[in-house]
Amino acid sequence: MTVIVTEGLSKRFPLGTDRAQRGGVTALDRLTVDIAPGVTGLIGSNGAGKSTLIKILLGLSPASEGRACVLGMDVATAGGPIRERVGYMPEHDCLPPDVSATEFVVHMARMSGLPPTAARERTADTLRHVGLYEERYRPIGGYSTGMRQRVKLAQALVHDPRLVLLDEPTNGLDPAGRDEMLGLIRRIHREFGISVLVTSHLLGELERTCDHVVVIDGGRLLRSSATSDFTRTTTTVAVEVTDTDRHPDGTTALRTALTAAGVGLRTDGAEPGTSHLLLIDVADDSTYDTVRDTVAGLGLGLVRMEQRRHRIAEVFHPREAEAEAGLQAKPQDAGLRTGLPADPQDERPQKGGGRDAV
Amino acid sequence: MPSETPLAPGDRRAGDPAKIHDIGYRSYDGDRLGRRHARRSLFAHSLRGAYGLGRSAKSKVLPMLLFGVMCLPAGIMVAIAVVTKAGELPVEYPRYALHLQGVISLFLAAQAPQAVSRDLRFRTVPLYFSRPIERADYVSAKFAALSAALFVLTAAPVVVLYAGALLAELDVADQSAGFGQGLVSAALLSLLFAGIGLVIAALTPRRGFGVAAVIAVLTVSFGAVSAVQAIAFEQDNGGLVTWLGLFSPVTLIDGVQTAFLGASTSFPGGKGPDTAAGCVYLLVVLALIAGSYAALMRRYRKAGL
Ligand SMILES: Nc1ncnc2c1ncn2[C@@H]1O[C@H](COP(=O)(O)OP(=O)(O)O)[C@@H](O)[C@H]1O
Ligand SMILES: [Mg+2]
Repeated sequence: MTVIVTEGLSKRFPLGTDRAQRGGVTALDRLTVDIAPGVTGLIGSNGAGKSTLIKILLGLSPASEGRACVLGMDVATAGGPIRERVGYMPEHDCLPPDVSATEFVVHMARMSGLPPTAARERTADTLRHVGLYEERYRPIGGYSTGMRQRVKLAQALVHDPRLVLLDEPTNGLDPAGRDEMLGLIRRIHREFGISVLVTSHLLGELERTCDHVVVIDGGRLLRSSATSDFTRTTTTVAVEVTDTDRHPDGTTALRTALTAAGVGLRTDGAEPGTSHLLLIDVADDSTYDTVRDTVAGLGLGLVRMEQRRHRIAEVFHPREAEAEAGLQAKPQDAGLRTGLPADPQDERPQKGGGRDAV
Repeated sequence: MPSETPLAPGDRRAGDPAKIHDIGYRSYDGDRLGRRHARRSLFAHSLRGAYGLGRSAKSKVLPMLLFGVMCLPAGIMVAIAVVTKAGELPVEYPRYALHLQGVISLFLAAQAPQAVSRDLRFRTVPLYFSRPIERADYVSAKFAALSAALFVLTAAPVVVLYAGALLAELDVADQSAGFGQGLVSAALLSLLFAGIGLVIAALTPRRGFGVAAVIAVLTVSFGAVSAVQAIAFEQDNGGLVTWLGLFSPVTLIDGVQTAFLGASTSFPGGKGPDTAAGCVYLLVVLALIAGSYAALMRRYRKAGL
């Protein structure tokens, strides 16, 4: 069962009428992906083609080549039926300021085909689910960015779609608002049973929200994989411990103990002059507990424990990152094995980058 | 009532039962009425919006005021006709609206941008196109809604006149024929004005520009045509007077109703079109209505993107 399938999907925008510019812009380049139910992150830097893909999936913009199906319907021929069962939250502002959230969402529910009574009831329910209460009767013009994003989300959900396409829903939000929005997105799937395709130009923020991540760049597929693969290979933790009388070489003692505890260690990834650092692959949150307990059990002092997340840029430009990494990152580095080379910046130990797991 | 609603509680719910307020997510298994229902909803929403219904009290003021101003003279004429037992109404049914063309222009200038510029300015258009409607549905719903709003404005006083005529016990057959001609004229005028107003308003997301441009196009074209007609009449060029009337919306309607709807013309010297010239007038009016629709379709070709 898939919710979205694309096969060799391409989109070229002609640039004007000038013959010299006949090439135009290639927004999507032979994109083939297969997206299962759940929460899927579509990640790519600005101009990668995320919004273009969403518009093609809604049947609003014809593909130049290739095909796409949404909920088993062909976007080229079944745009209307697709849009009846899909919700869309645009990246830009789209709300009239002089009407209330309730009036606006009721109208949008009817535009999706809901009869008047159902439109009103679903609006009340949906606004409550996205966290808008008394303020929903006030004109939207007076809302904060966070509230406006909730209204935009509500209009995408009000007709109980089977799939929602959310274009950069965290854009412009402060960190707290961002976390709330990500929490809502998780609930859309877990509690409402609606599949989600959510775009972002930041990799990190979607890791914990999505089941699956699709990374595109310049309209081309860079990677499509389950988030669990992704985070496992992109998150490492550097640990440095003190030596004690009982363990004159604390680092070696910890390495032995962690290996015995089944924690993955990167024995070969250490940089010159950093042999006292242990690089640990983080499988999930329990890894942090294991490390903490092991260190405590050995009676060692913990000098630092810091997370190194691979930056989105590395995913986008593996060649460049590889070249930059030069001699510092050896080819058999764990990151390279998975096609996700390490960024030299991140591989250098940094103070203050720690995670509060200890 | 709640028992009739198609909201089935619970199948996908996973809400915390301990929370009293949170009754969990309810999925929707009721009717999905699709594209036609959506188009009708947009029509109704836009028509109500043209009179400020369902919007703030402030936005009702102008359309309601103009509606009152439009009907008031008809009420006064009717009252006089009833009291003085005059043998006829002081105005022909089709000509009433043209006497009050200023009021119609103001209404159109205010409400055409309200119908389309807002959606462009606040970028609501892509949201509409994410619904099961197509471009033609959006354009036809907006076109029909503004035409209907103008028809309400122009036909209401005609209804007042007719009711008064019956009260004054004027000849029913005569009055009914005039009333019918008045309604046809109001319908043509509404379609023509709505099309022109929407095309102009859809060019700009700025409401103020839209208002000014609609007023300018209507009044400048009428003023210019009238002035040149007057000069042509001075120079005894009656034929030119007739054909000049093709170049403004108000004189176009004047020409059509002179030729086919039993109205007398306000062209200088009464040089309105005869039936042959009237056919040209009618063709131009219909072409302008169709052209407005086509121009709007073109305008929204990329609006979903
Ligand atoms: N209507 C359009 N006409 C021409 N070029 C476009 C149009 N829409 C998008 N593009 C181009 O296509 C590329 C992808 O754009 P977009 O899908 O908006 O990227 P993203 O949403 O990932 O930031 C960009 O280079 C953009 O300039
Ligand atoms: Mg975008």
